[in-house]
Amino acid sequence: MSMTLAEKILASHAGMEEVHPGQFVEVSVDVVLANDITAPIAIAEFEKLGLGRVFDAERVVLVADHFAPNKDIQSAGQCALMRRFARAQGLPHHFDVGRMGIEHVLLPERGLVLPGDVVVGADSHTCTYGALGAFATGMGSTDIAVAMATGRIWMRVPETMRIVYHGELQPWVGGKDLILYTIGRIGVDGARYKAIEFGGAVVDALPMAGRFTMANMAVEAGAKAGLFAVDDVTHAYVNGRASRPYRVYQANEDAAYAQVIEVDVGQIEPQVAFPHLPENVRPASQAGDVPIDQVVIGSCTNGRLEDLRVAAEVLRGRRVHPDVRCVIIPGSQQVYLDALRQGLIETFIEAGAAVSTPTCGPCLGGHMGVLAAGERAVSTTNRNFRGRMGHPESEVYLAGPAVAAASAVAGRIAHPRDLRPHARNT
Amino acid sequence: MTITGKAWKYGDHVNTDVIIPARYLNVSDPQELARHCLEDIDPGFAGTVQPGDVIIAGENFGCGSSREHAPLAIKGAGVSCVVARSFARIFYRNAINVGLPILECPAAVDGTEGGHQLEIDLEAGQIRNLTTGQVYQAEPYPPFMMEIIKAGGLVPYIRRQIEAGDLSIR
Repeated sequence: MSMTLAEKILASHAGMEEVHPGQFVEVSVDVVLANDITAPIAIAEFEKLGLGRVFDAERVVLVADHFAPNKDIQSAGQCALMRRFARAQGLPHHFDVGRMGIEHVLLPERGLVLPGDVVVGADSHTCTYGALGAFATGMGSTDIAVAMATGRIWMRVPETMRIVYHGELQPWVGGKDLILYTIGRIGVDGARYKAIEFGGAVVDALPMAGRFTMANMAVEAGAKAGLFAVDDVTHAYVNGRASRPYRVYQANEDAAYAQVIEVDVGQIEPQVAFPHLPENVRPASQAGDVPIDQVVIGSCTNGRLEDLRVAAEVLRGRRVHPDVRCVIIPGSQQVYLDALRQGLIETFIEAGAAVSTPTCGPCLGGHMGVLAAGERAVSTTNRNFRGRMGHPESEVYLAGPAVAAASAVAGRIAHPRDLRPHARNT
Repeated sequence: MTITGKAWKYGDHVNTDVIIPARYLNVSDPQELARHCLEDIDPGFAGTVQPGDVIIAGENFGCGSSREHAPLAIKGAGVSCVVARSFARIFYRNAINVGLPILECPAAVDGTEGGHQLEIDLEAGQIRNLTTGQVYQAEPYPPFMMEIIKAGGLVPYIRRQIEAGDLSIR
């Protein structure tokens, strides 16, 4: 029986020889995740089940990242509720301010999610872990409550769409540009209910950070999961981090795909998604004259060390435009420390940027950079829906760290190649 | 179960950020959330929606975040059913899990305007537009999902398994 990567992992976790798209299966889960927004409802539903204990304290992960550090009294209450639950259940993987990270940066970094896992999280960007060759998907709090209690969850086996990238990447083009381009091509529901398998020579050569970025935004095309094959790059990342043994699955060469899409990356330049949908993408050079008020560099999409290095490369020796607030958010305490030791934080502060403790904050209009009416932001985050970063009359333009940093300097959407070499504009 | 109510019609890709903006996610009480339901695309909705009313929408309804606050806000506002051309997958699960009726029926979406009166037989999946007289048949639920719906949501469904002693823990 030939199966795709997603089918292989689900079949194994359902205890079956094979599964078919459309089939309903009950699978065991390796990791269950919730955050300060979604855990309170999950905990309330968990208590209604009346089982008392989580199925395995080692495998339930709670991260205070969305409205943490507490943005107001009600958010403080939500974080406190989650903290009390973690203590009562004796959960070793409850991550609080000062020892945390944005969940989808943190869990891979700590080796808590691994190749071959089934991971369910009460956060839509749980699909990020597909970069490790895991089947990872976002669900709501009630599903997560059931998974926390039983270690099992029902799933409909998705069809798989394979997207193959070949050709040579242009300068300043990274994982974010590839996934934005892809969403622009297939649309925000182009992979609805499907798993995406990313493949081809280009992604084989892509570092883990770029793969995490691409898998992260699979949900922005409607996908249930976005997976990469496990290779040497994956092993090099996982070795030394893995907290337990893991199993590697491979798609069969003759697996049946619902659709195969070929992408020649040679023509792709840095991309920008215009308001108010991630599919509204244009090449940065065709953005036109769009003055901006804020730049955000960070998030579960682009808050890794490699992303900060790209931003620093652009910002080094330059100044953030006087009309722009530039907020840079390392994705975890470790990323922050590494960036500090490598001099990136100094570069950011000298350039006139603000550097924040890890938080999802501005991505969803929570805190640390909420937009006023009429304001525009270029952001390395993942959604640009109306009102996403603040006032319903504000606008979010999604881009990778290179375009975001270049735009911070130029005061308008800019391609990094168009900046004057080390120009000082103040 | 038959419901009747007025239609509120919206377009494609009505996402969870407009169903309930994240700035209100510091609470999870459905009544509190309902006060802000859809306010960024339709500021008049939350204040005037009546119990029993129906949301009609295009493709990919509920795309975006996994927040269960979205179906809870809609349910809290008194909406009896969402009829769309299609639903985003996390929203679909969440709605079933929290007991918000949803139906996929492109023809009913095309044949209904905001303000039309609708009568919906949820069990049969039949949508009757009382304003135009047209009747539409929605996609049936897969049998497995129908069991969750009949139990009243995922938690009661699992509780029943616990009580019957046939729940398996990983």
